[in-house]
Amino acid sequence: MKEIDITKNDLVPKHTLLNDGEKLELFNQYEITLRQLPRILVNDPVVQNIGGKVGDVVKVVRKSPTAGEALYYRVIVRG
Amino acid sequence: MKVERIEFGIVSPEMVKGMSAAKITKTELYDQEGYPIEGGLMDPRLGVIDPGVRCRTCGGNMGECFGHFGFLELTRPVTHVHYSKIVFALLKVFCRKCSRILVDPRDMEKVKGRKLSFKEFVTLSKKKCPYCNTEQKKLKMIKPYTFIEGADTLNAAVVRERLEKITEEDLTLIGIKARPEWLVLTLLPIPPVTVRPSITLETGERSEDDLTHKLVDIVRINDRLKENIDLGAPDFIIEDLWELLQYHISTYFDNELSGVPPARHRSGRVLKTLSQRLKTKEGRFRGNLAGKRVNFSARTVISPDPKIDLDEVGVPKVIAKELTVPVRVNETNIENVKKLVLNGSENWPGANYVIRPDGRRKKITDMNKEEISNELTPGYVVERHLQDNDIVLFNRQPSLHRMSLMGHRVRVMPFKTFRMNLSVTTPYNADFDGDEMNLHVPQTEEAKVEAENLMMVPKHIRSPRFSGPIIGVIRDHITGLYLLTKDDVKLSRKEFTQIIRSIDTTIEMPDKETLTGKELFSLFLPKDLSLEFKSNSGELVVIENGKLVKGVVDKVAMGAESGKLIDKIEKLYGSEVAKKFIYNSARLAIEFLMKGGFSISISDQDLPDAARKEIAEIIEKIRKDVDDINRQYEKGELKLLVGRSPKESLNHMIKTVLRNGLNDVQKVLERHIKDNPTLAMVKSGARGSLVNMVQTAAMVGQEMVMGERIERGYYQRTFPHFKKGTVSLEATGFVSRGFKDGVTPFEFFFDAINSRESLMDKSLKTRHSGYMERRLVGALQDLKVEYDGTVRDSANRIIEFSPGEDGLDPSKIEKVGVDVRTIAKRI
Repeated sequence: MKEIDITKNDLVPKHTLLNDGEKLELFNQYEITLRQLPRILVNDPVVQNIGGKVGDVVKVVRKSPTAGEALYYRVIVRG
Repeated sequence: MKVERIEFGIVSPEMVKGMSAAKITKTELYDQEGYPIEGGLMDPRLGVIDPGVRCRTCGGNMGECFGHFGFLELTRPVTHVHYSKIVFALLKVFCRKCSRILVDPRDMEKVKGRKLSFKEFVTLSKKKCPYCNTEQKKLKMIKPYTFIEGADTLNAAVVRERLEKITEEDLTLIGIKARPEWLVLTLLPIPPVTVRPSITLETGERSEDDLTHKLVDIVRINDRLKENIDLGAPDFIIEDLWELLQYHISTYFDNELSGVPPARHRSGRVLKTLSQRLKTKEGRFRGNLAGKRVNFSARTVISPDPKIDLDEVGVPKVIAKELTVPVRVNETNIENVKKLVLNGSENWPGANYVIRPDGRRKKITDMNKEEISNELTPGYVVERHLQDNDIVLFNRQPSLHRMSLMGHRVRVMPFKTFRMNLSVTTPYNADFDGDEMNLHVPQTEEAKVEAENLMMVPKHIRSPRFSGPIIGVIRDHITGLYLLTKDDVKLSRKEFTQIIRSIDTTIEMPDKETLTGKELFSLFLPKDLSLEFKSNSGELVVIENGKLVKGVVDKVAMGAESGKLIDKIEKLYGSEVAKKFIYNSARLAIEFLMKGGFSISISDQDLPDAARKEIAEIIEKIRKDVDDINRQYEKGELKLLVGRSPKESLNHMIKTVLRNGLNDVQKVLERHIKDNPTLAMVKSGARGSLVNMVQTAAMVGQEMVMGERIERGYYQRTFPHFKKGTVSLEATGFVSRGFKDGVTPFEFFFDAINSRESLMDKSLKTRHSGYMERRLVGALQDLKVEYDGTVRDSANRIIEFSPGEDGLDPSKIEKVGVDVRTIAKRI
């Protein structure tokens, strides 16, 4: 069977991993810790695709009809 | 301090003893003089329930002392009913002789580290003890608290003995932290008297709480059991008494046990014991902790008042005298407040209480009102009656909306109902067939300001559900405006002056002898409003510079949940203007309708003979077409539809014929029915539809159940009056007559079938969606938009980084985008 690259699908928003600096910036901006972020499982297909590890933060850029682009951040947790 | 975790456990006998203030030994409650007996169930050391008495244990008075537990030493151990299931499971898993776990140590290795349920342990248990090789007997539990091993009954003492021998090591294995023998009671904690207060009746008689009654039974049987054992009574008597003690203690915990007759009061009433106090909607949790009674609120029947403003509420005087607002006395208001105090609590507008600067509350009576009013100085707080223009919250359940609770201005009125404007009936989903509504009075300045700025009715004209007006004009108001704004409506100077002046005394009178309906309506439009839209019947409506030039004003323009005109006015001129406009339009409609009166008649649905003939022809054609289709089907010549079986194709085709037939009938009706009041209501969208008219005047059409023609009932037929296998229209739910002419008994029954289905569907659907909504609210209720714009829950976790991913207010979203041209024209 042909391998399918799910990130190519129009319905899958763009997921990228944050580096440590960006993570810190995010935490400072919202005055939060890692545990207060929305979660995503490590075994989520997109996370596996971009090679995320537990504790990493994914930045999700979603297309929105009203906001243009909507930003969302999710922390990777054990599945 | 943060709560890290909560652990629930089982109270040990030592703890019961340790927390007790008294040992209960006596069955009597009071002595001859009526004082509580020490060692009785109303022992004075258990707390105070009478005013003026000090607690013997802690010295507190009635408000201060919460009460203290006592204990009763049970002569024989008794199983706790609510734990009997666990006890049974434990008995099955542990050896009857050595009380070691019956799981083979080798099996144990395999499952170590995994948390197993009791059930899994039971299945792992061996028939023979792996430690002492004792054969295990078959255990049975007879609900709710009897255990049987082999042929013998296991009494609680034996059970307790076995549980006592269980080792700590085995307990950690199955994940139990408490000692299992505590599940079998040896000491019974006696709740404080404050939990079961006795009431003194008017006759001076004392009436005890249900719990006290139950405890008396327990103590009495416990005593009897003890006596009999001391006397060396035969075993069966002791067994019986023991069983009775078990019964009383079990029903003391839960009086709704299956298989056990509930304990009753002398009068035959079932006693309300511990479990019954907690359970159900009226119980401690749902009734007293999750929901409480509210002060400064009122509830009564609602009724309509066409002359009250949208954001007003008529409050009965009796209620206004009961509800109060605290007013802080200062130099500016002292004279006013003094007058209120002098009016007393019986006369509106008056005041009920004063609060002195030291915090002491004083009730205002006719005796002391002069004295109090003289005493008033800045710093006093007076609780004055509700007055006109106070801000209150008005609510109707079910509160599914934020519009179900809105701010209104008070208008104190005679009689006993809350009065409201007809237009706010839509957001509350209220009618006046006996509906009741609640009213709440904000007590602080902050609360008042918040209500005024966020909750007032005008702020909710635009609904966030579909970013359009949810408040508009309804029923007769729509009909009235429709009839007024139709072409060729002319009013004399006398007529229009009366109408205008009854609504608004400030508006400038037009300098004309006659006014058309459109001109009259235009008087209430903003002077620079221009707008074009399609009316309910699809015709163009044109408004130019505040003048209605063309078309009629109907549901599309003014109706609740649509209202193009209201939408525009709210958008351009603000919610206060929109409110005034809705009010004026409704008044205008009513005043105009009252000029000539408005009523509908069954004769509105009369059809001329020509129309009847046409309809008969249509029905005849339907019959013929359906017969044709049926014949083709029987011969197998029917052209099948893609993806359908022959039977499905047949039904589909017949349904199509019937639907088209009904449509044709509707067209005939539209052509023939002359202008009449019923039609005016339908055309304006005020009430009723053309389908309703067709069904009354001409033909009801095909009755359906679950989207299919009716074929159920008897074997191969709908009624025993038809031949088996009849396929005719009459036998399958087709009603070829209208309600006005009357239907045949068969047709009537088919209609009843259909009506019943719709009724069931409706009630089922509301139940379903009500519960869905409840769960949704439960999941979202503590989410909050923080000042940094993020949506967070109660643990401060981020749920969304921007509300709804765009941070937009859904009530202010435009469906069509920005119309640059009209905005440019305006500027």
